[in-house]
This record gives sequence, structure tokens and C-alpha cells, in this order.
Amino acid sequence: MSEPKNRADDFERALKARDQQHYVLRLYVAGMTPRSIEAISSIKDICEGHLKGRYEIEVIDISERPELAKEQQVLAVPTLIKILPLPLRRFIGSLSDEERILKGLDIQPKK
Amino acid sequence: MFINTTPIAGETLLPKCLTGIQGLDEITGGGLPKGRPILVCGGPGCGKTLLGMEFLVRGATEFGEPGVFVTFEERPEELAQNVATFGWDLKELETTGKLIIEHIRVERSEIEENGEYDLEGLFIRLGAAVAAVGAKRIVLDTVESLFAALPNELILRAELRRLFGWCKDKGLTAIITGERGDKTLTRHGLEEYVSDCVVDLNLRVKDDVATRRLRIVKYRGSMHGTNEYPFLIGSEGFTVMPITSISLDYATSNERVLTGVERLDAMLDGRGYYQGSSILISGAAGTGKSSLAAAFAKSTCSSGGKCLYFAFEEPVSQIIRNMGSIGMDLGKWMDAGLLKFHASRPTTYGMEMHLLTMYQLVREFEPQAVIIDPISNLSSVGNEDEVKSLLTRFVDFLKGRGVTTLFTDLTSGKTLGEYTEAAISSLMDTWILLRNIETNGERNRALFVLKSRGMEHSNQVREFILSSQGLELADVYLGSEGVLMGSARAAQQAQEREESTRRTQELKKHKRTLLAKRAALESQMAAIRQDLVSMEAEMEAVEAEDTAQLEALATRRDEMARIRKTD
Repeated sequence: MSEPKNRADDFERALKARDQQHYVLRLYVAGMTPRSIEAISSIKDICEGHLKGRYEIEVIDISERPELAKEQQVLAVPTLIKILPLPLRRFIGSLSDEERILKGLDIQPKK
Repeated sequence: MFINTTPIAGETLLPKCLTGIQGLDEITGGGLPKGRPILVCGGPGCGKTLLGMEFLVRGATEFGEPGVFVTFEERPEELAQNVATFGWDLKELETTGKLIIEHIRVERSEIEENGEYDLEGLFIRLGAAVAAVGAKRIVLDTVESLFAALPNELILRAELRRLFGWCKDKGLTAIITGERGDKTLTRHGLEEYVSDCVVDLNLRVKDDVATRRLRIVKYRGSMHGTNEYPFLIGSEGFTVMPITSISLDYATSNERVLTGVERLDAMLDGRGYYQGSSILISGAAGTGKSSLAAAFAKSTCSSGGKCLYFAFEEPVSQIIRNMGSIGMDLGKWMDAGLLKFHASRPTTYGMEMHLLTMYQLVREFEPQAVIIDPISNLSSVGNEDEVKSLLTRFVDFLKGRGVTTLFTDLTSGKTLGEYTEAAISSLMDTWILLRNIETNGERNRALFVLKSRGMEHSNQVREFILSSQGLELADVYLGSEGVLMGSARAAQQAQEREESTRRTQELKKHKRTLLAKRAALESQMAAIRQDLVSMEAEMEAVEAEDTAQLEALATRRDEMARIRKTD
């Protein structure tokens, strides 16, 4: 009768691991427009607030490097792409709705 | 051409951009509006993508205008494969910097909306592509897929409006494709944003045969053909066929070509058909239309000309066998490369496709003579008007090239007469009618020249005889029962031969009698002459005696007088 116990342990571990997952994010913007700035500051706030110490974020200005827009099929700006952890997710817009982003990024909000 | 393209003095006309697509430049009076967006709409499989691609390929290769093809649906590799059949090498154009294929893929499932955004990414990508080749032309195929990918239609619509404006600002002639909607031209109402020029493509199936048609719905600032024009997607790409674009101003030849039947040449002013004319041979089944056509093919080839034979009824091998049976070896000319057959069922494809195939073959082979056997079969794919329109264009095309064209037309057995299935008699310069005449339990073929423009032609009915020696025309006999042909004619001929022999014999006999009579008379005359001679001799003797007696009398009188002492 050890199996169920083991399963429960695995579950516990997975939950814990999720809380410590490393995030790699990429934010595509086109020039420093107010919308770009809004998106940059909101994602930084979220990351600092919930992923402190375990995230990387790269801001790419596609107006300077259009080939990067092609590579990731970026049409709308700002676009946020979650590279890691898998699966890949993308968000478009100025990222003003924090709650939905947390949900979308699969981050446990800290109370 | 029916569209007046002469600029009005002092007015700035809308600059146009030649598409290089056959026929489209004619009906738009010189191409699409330069530097403006053009909406091309139509149902699936109408050729929207192809029209766009050809516009770019022709622009890059023929007009030195590089282009960008933005594909939202098909992958670039698929696109390249699809158009390779038209001989367009997209890879080559891309490496030489004449074309860029920009693949924009958007999948809604991956995207979550959060806050405000715009499509600047799209603009940046297009801008980079346009700048990379210095594009003058762009195709967006089809921006409507964005509607499926982006949840916020309001933003999208605003961005599309900005996109079309952006194209205008960049001076790009842009083709925007759109799927046909239920009641609107496009499913998402793109026509609202693109209002300079709208081209509608459609594909209609009638009697199991599909015909593609193109219509210029609107074209601001320019005259344009308003009709629906049939178009084709052939091996060279897009071809629009404006019916009236070919005018009646071709040169006319005075050269003559032999018909292949000696006595038919004689019936046509002694010298055969005119080079570059159109000839119709009509008749019911089995009257020898194909044979007459083949005779013309043979005659063309033996004088060194090339002949293209479109057979809509029989396979090539069968035609060759059949013509061999009446003494015509067509295989020889095929081997020599002077005769070319194109055999297909009319129902293989639509009317327009036939026309295009014929155009292409004529362009490739450059024949002096073209035979279509028979045109009546074409009516199985189109109605009378369509067949007529096709033949009109084909005849005009061939006449423009100085090609002699011979059509055969099968008339139904009931209407033995001056009637053609496709009502195309007015297009024809020479019309030969073949007819089956049934008398005395046999059928015979009769031939007459119904009309032949520009030459003196025989008004006589001739009997048309097919034998293993070839084709022959014979005189017909007019008897009390009408025209005599076949065995009746042969009987008549035999009878006449007999009659004449008899008459000669009689004459000879009569002559002999006369000669004998003459001989008898002559001998009589000789005898009489002999009598005359002896009679004359007697007369001379009598006269001499007479003179002697007179002299003796005178002497006696003188003697008496001397005796009687008279003074």
C-alpha cells in the first residue's frame, strides 16, 4: 500500500518545483512608445513581485531588428512570449491586466 | 480595341501599372492603377493567388518592378511548387533580389490579448521586405486570415485601413485578395477600405463544364471593360480573353492554296481556296467531310506547308487508317513533321480552355493551315453563343496570322441544307456543302459550293466519289427524274456510249451507200461523155458532107449558066 503515498509525494514535489521554476520571457516592442513603456513596466512589476530571482526578461525593439519579428512571427506589438517554462505562450497588448497575465503565465500569485 | 486610351490633352491621367497578364491590360485600358491598392475577390479556387503571383512575376521579369508577396495562408515552398508548373522560378527571383515571399503565420490559439496593441510588427516586416528589394508591387494574400487570428476586430479594421494607406504612401501597387462573402464582395467587407479598383473572379459550372470569368467591378478614374470576360489558367498562367479585343484589320492575301481535289480547284475559279481564308465544309453524317479536310491537309503538306489538325471525334490512329483507305497517306506527313494532330474530346475541358489550347498550339507549330473536325462537337460544351464567340475569336486570330482554316460541321440528317449548327456561316469565306442523295436504292454524295467570297465559283452540283484511288468529283446527269448519280449515272453513261457507237456505225453505212451511188453516177457520166464524143464526130462528118454538096451544087449551076449562055 505504498503507491498512493508515493504519488502524493510526487505531487507535493511537483507543486514545490513549480514555485521554483525559472522563467524566460521575451517582450517585443516597436520603438519606445507610451504603450511599449507601459508594457515593459507592467511585466517588470509582475516579475519582480512574483518571480524574484528566477526570471530573465529580454526586451526586443523590432523597429531596430525586424528580422527578429519574422523569426517569432510577431505582428502585434507589444507581444510577450513565454519561452520557458514550456509550453510557449504569447500575449499581445500593453499587459495592463495583471491578474490575467499571472494566470496566463501560470504563476502562483503571492499573497 | 474598344477602349479609348488616347489621353485627353491637358489632363493628367491616372498612371497605370501594366500587369503583363494577357488580356487584362486590354480590358483595363493599360493596367491597374499605379500606386494604389486593388482588391481581387472571388470564391475558393478562382485564381486569386495566381493572379497576384503572376502580377509580381511579370512585374519582376518584364517591367523591372520588384515585388513582395505576403502570404498569410500558403507556405512559401508550397507557393513555389504551385507556380512552378507555369515555368516561374520563384527561388531564382528571390536570389536575384526581384521578389520576396513573406510568410506571415498567425494562429489564434497561441495568442492571448491583454491590453492595447497595434500591428506595428506587420508594418515593420512589410517595410523591411519592401525596402530589401525596392519593391514597387505588393500582394497581400489574404489579409482576411487576420480576422481569424486576431480577436479584436476593431483594432484590426483600423490597422487594415492604415495598411492600405501605408501602401499608397509607399507608392506600392498592391493587390489585396479576399474571399467572396455571402452578400458582399468579400467576407469581411474589405471593399470598404479598397475602393480604387475591384476585380471580381468567379468560376461557374454549367452543364458540368466550368468556366472562369473576370469582371472589373469598379475602377476609379479610368475607363474599363464592364463585361464578364472568360479567362483561363493555362500552362503560361493567366489569360483573359476580351472578345472584342481582336479587330478586323488584318491583311488579306491574294495567294491561293489547292484543295487537294483537282476538280474542286476547278470549281473554285481553277485555283482553290484563298490563303488565309476560312472554309466551312458542312454536311450530314458520312458525306465525306473529314475526307475532304484530310485532302486539304495532304495538299498543304505536299506543297511544303504545315498543317495542324484538331480532331474532336476520332483518335489520330483511326484518322490515319481511314484516310489510308482512300489513298491518302497522312502518316508520311506526320513523320515529316508537317502534319500535327491534336485529338481530344470536346468535353475534356471548357470552351475557353479549348480556345487557349488551340491558340497555344498554333503559336508553337506555326501552321499554314488549321483544320477543326468537327466544330459541331463543340456545342456539347457550350451553347450556340459561346461556340460562336469562340469560333469568331479563333477565326480572327488565325486570319490575323494568315492561316487558312478549314472547319467541318456536322448537320443533322433532317435539315439537309444551308444551316450550320453554330450559326457561323457568316464567318466563313468559302462554304462547301456535302449532301447525301438517295435515289434508286442507293446513297450518293453530292458536293456544291454554296459560297466563295472573292472568286468566281462554279454553280454546278458535282458527285463526290470516294475510292481507294482518292477523292474525285464527277459531273451529274440531269434526267427526267432529276439529278442522276451513282449507278444511275453509270447506266446513263453506258447508254450514251452505246448510242454514240450506234450512231457512228449508221453514219459509216450511209457514207458507204453514198460513195457507191457516186461511183455509179460517175460511170454513167463517162458513158454519156463517150456518146457525146462519137456524136460530135458524126456531126463533123455530116457538116463536111453538107459543104461538099453545096460546093458541087454551085459548080453545077455555073456549068448550066455557061451552057445557057446567060449574061
